[in-house]
Amino acid sequence: MPGRRPRLNLVNLFLWGLGGTIIALALIGSFLTIQQGRLSIEQWQSLIVAGIALGSVYALIALGYTLVYGILFMINFAHGEVFMWGAFTAFFTASGLANAGILESSPVLAFGLTLLSAMITSMVVAILLERIAYRPLRGAPRLVPLITAIGASLFLQYTARGFYGSGVRAYPNFGLFGGDIQLGPLNVPVEDAVVIVSAVTIMLALYVFINRTRTGRAMRAVSEDKDVAAMMGINVDRIIVTTFAIGGLLAGAAGILYTLLFNQVHFFMGFLPGIKAFTAAVLGGIGNVIGAALGGMTLGVLEALGPNLFLTGYGIPAPNQLKDVIAFTVLVLVLIFRPSGFLGRKEST
Amino acid sequence: MDPLLRRAIVTGLLGSAAGMHVGLVGMLASFQRRETIADYISLGSTLPIVIAVIIGWRAGGPMRHPHLRPAGTQALVLGALAGAAMGVALAAFAIVITTLDIRWILANASQSTADVLQYGQGAGLGSAILILSSTALGTAGAALHVLPGPVARALTVGALVTLITSLMEPFLGAVLRNLSLQVIERFLYARGGLTVVGALIVFLLVAGATYAWATRGAETRRRYAGMPADRQRVGKIVAYLALTGLLLLLPQIVGQRLSEVVGTVGIYVLLGLGLNIVVGFAGLLDLGYVAFYAVGAYTTAVLTSAASPAFSPELPFWGALPFVIIAAAMIGLMVGTPVLRLRGDYLAIVTLGFGEIARIIFLSAWAQPLVGGAQGILTIPSPLPFTNHPQSIYYPILFFCVIAAVAATRLASSRVGRAWNAMREDESVAEATGVNTTTFKLLAFGLGAAFGCLSGAFFAAKIGVVFPQSFDLLVSINALALIILGGMGNIAGVVVGAIVLVGLPELLREFADYRLLIYGAVLVSMMLLRPEGLLPSRIRRAELHDVVGDDEEMYAREAGEETGRPVVSS
Repeated sequence: MPGRRPRLNLVNLFLWGLGGTIIALALIGSFLTIQQGRLSIEQWQSLIVAGIALGSVYALIALGYTLVYGILFMINFAHGEVFMWGAFTAFFTASGLANAGILESSPVLAFGLTLLSAMITSMVVAILLERIAYRPLRGAPRLVPLITAIGASLFLQYTARGFYGSGVRAYPNFGLFGGDIQLGPLNVPVEDAVVIVSAVTIMLALYVFINRTRTGRAMRAVSEDKDVAAMMGINVDRIIVTTFAIGGLLAGAAGILYTLLFNQVHFFMGFLPGIKAFTAAVLGGIGNVIGAALGGMTLGVLEALGPNLFLTGYGIPAPNQLKDVIAFTVLVLVLIFRPSGFLGRKEST
Repeated sequence: MDPLLRRAIVTGLLGSAAGMHVGLVGMLASFQRRETIADYISLGSTLPIVIAVIIGWRAGGPMRHPHLRPAGTQALVLGALAGAAMGVALAAFAIVITTLDIRWILANASQSTADVLQYGQGAGLGSAILILSSTALGTAGAALHVLPGPVARALTVGALVTLITSLMEPFLGAVLRNLSLQVIERFLYARGGLTVVGALIVFLLVAGATYAWATRGAETRRRYAGMPADRQRVGKIVAYLALTGLLLLLPQIVGQRLSEVVGTVGIYVLLGLGLNIVVGFAGLLDLGYVAFYAVGAYTTAVLTSAASPAFSPELPFWGALPFVIIAAAMIGLMVGTPVLRLRGDYLAIVTLGFGEIARIIFLSAWAQPLVGGAQGILTIPSPLPFTNHPQSIYYPILFFCVIAAVAATRLASSRVGRAWNAMREDESVAEATGVNTTTFKLLAFGLGAAFGCLSGAFFAAKIGVVFPQSFDLLVSINALALIILGGMGNIAGVVVGAIVLVGLPELLREFADYRLLIYGAVLVSMMLLRPEGLLPSRIRRAELHDVVGDDEEMYAREAGEETGRPVVSS
């Protein structure tokens, strides 16, 4: 609906009121917090760095949502579980390598192997998911694949619980990522730097892949129009599988990077990062690759800063308990004010 | 390779993958503690047996692309082949997990899992038994296509009901004991499963009845249809009276411990009826339904409990109920308004977010002065002040379930229901034809919230305490799974779904650990095989099959298969 002016009715009034109140509260809260000066400049800086690191993991997961959405116009609800499976495999590879002593003798090789195993597992899970759960339902009413996705998500979660147990497992230390790097005035922990650099590299590679290769061109064509793409001789089914596979690879990489930051794996670990990455994808404009990257970084920073910046000013106790609320609030605000996100196409809702 | 042959082997291997999956998640080993048929078959070995029959049945059946129908003996051979493939793969799997020590990764890749597969006979003999039995069972599965229709149906239903009767031992056994029918109980059941004689009797009775119905059922139905209208009405009234009597006496019949479970099922029926309005009628996939449930429970707790930190004059349960409804209307609007313009997937994820926000806020230190934080609120009074009997809360729950069911049925066939139908099928068209989607969406959310909050209120009153942990995503998933299993948009479906998905796991402790795994499998397979649910509403089925049914040819072929007519190619 091009150029439609939003109508002034009760619903819109209520929504704007709600959104305006939330933003005003956030701004006043930030002002109060800064005025009270509870945190030093260094603390804010380290929060921002941690936020960018976390955000680049969200961005990697968000790319999986965006790629699939761009082609199938469906949200792959089970994508968080694809990420979790990658993280679990990485855990077992890393533990195995640690037991074999390879982790100490050649940590870079060990890290590479771990990354590879995680990416491959996630890719396989994503491909199986597409093949078993989504492909037979193409063309079904929208609610049907969505419910399937929720079911698949539960199934993958609790399969992992059955296979690997329900406890939280602590990750072995790669020993390679201790200490800090001094970047001008900034003090960046090596782990965060590794996460950010790896994520950005992978995203650049993806960008080149989509824009410069034949398969990438086919993917763009399929997302433009499936029928026309098929007429041009593109095997649409194969492109869809490829898309899921790439989403899986990225999620696997995200899985190991996430565990570098948090050092543990758990069967339920895919749920929240999955939702937040989805939020990031929507924030950047779902279907848009650069948007997903931007959205992920933004959300990571907002989440790291948010509780301290917006809430401490009001004297709310333990604001970090409420940090997950921030992601959801951002999601609701984006969907109210700019459903197409930063860079999305207008018709994307 | 011959396509039928290839399909048989692939099916067999898929069956073995299913067997490995249930083994590795630990189902085989933990089900081993119960018997299906005492002294002969354990519950653990029942799983591979059932899988083998199913794959045999699949492998021996007709094939769609290319269109092939294996003849009698050929079907049996294919079934045997599929069974053998599964048996060999599973035997290899059992040997691998016992020789390789991978328990640090896969906790259930253990000797006890292998023992179940090898029938406790060790690697050599056990593998042989496994392969032979899977082959035989695969053949048996394929034989269902070869036998005449009524016989095959009688055997299938008989075996299924026998299996269910055995699984239901905790329930039926308790009921029989409660009614002082220990004689029958001891005769039918032993060590958590059926006795051999009991199994035979159940099987023969059910199979016989099914056979009779399959051969003479049509005639009986015709005779009933031929009866005068007033006789039919009398029949219906008698049936309704019997149902009412059963419902009213249920706590007495099932005894004290099971009444607890029946109450929980009732709470979920109420929850399901509410969610059914939002999802089934209006087509708005709400994944944050738990928010309503939590608000209902917390409103009740804060208003009635003496231990609630914020509100001191304590109301009785029924005095708090109007406030619960008011809270429901408010939260319904709060959740409903922001998502008015969202469709499908976005709506699902935003409502999911609302559900999580509710839980996080109830848990947080910030809201602790009002709702007690992680400690929750204790000592919520019972709704029935005069009787302290635990069975009595069943009656108010039943009362509200009936009200909700009647309201939902009336709504569905009213102007409002038609507006929801139109909205669900195509929102833009509905809007264009004059349906005010804003009003009707908010109405759906409001009513859904009302039932959800009521359900939460009863939950709080029944348990007597509320903790934020009780209100996680799983409540929403439970409610969603039960309406999908039963059939979206249908009230009887909600009841059946609640009994199967909420009641059974409470009874079958073996399944409790795998509850969500099974939910996931149920959701996926329902959507793939029967998206309209077990007891579909007429409209819903037409809708789903209309859209999927673009592939006319496939349907013509299926119709041809069912009636046994040759396929007409158009």
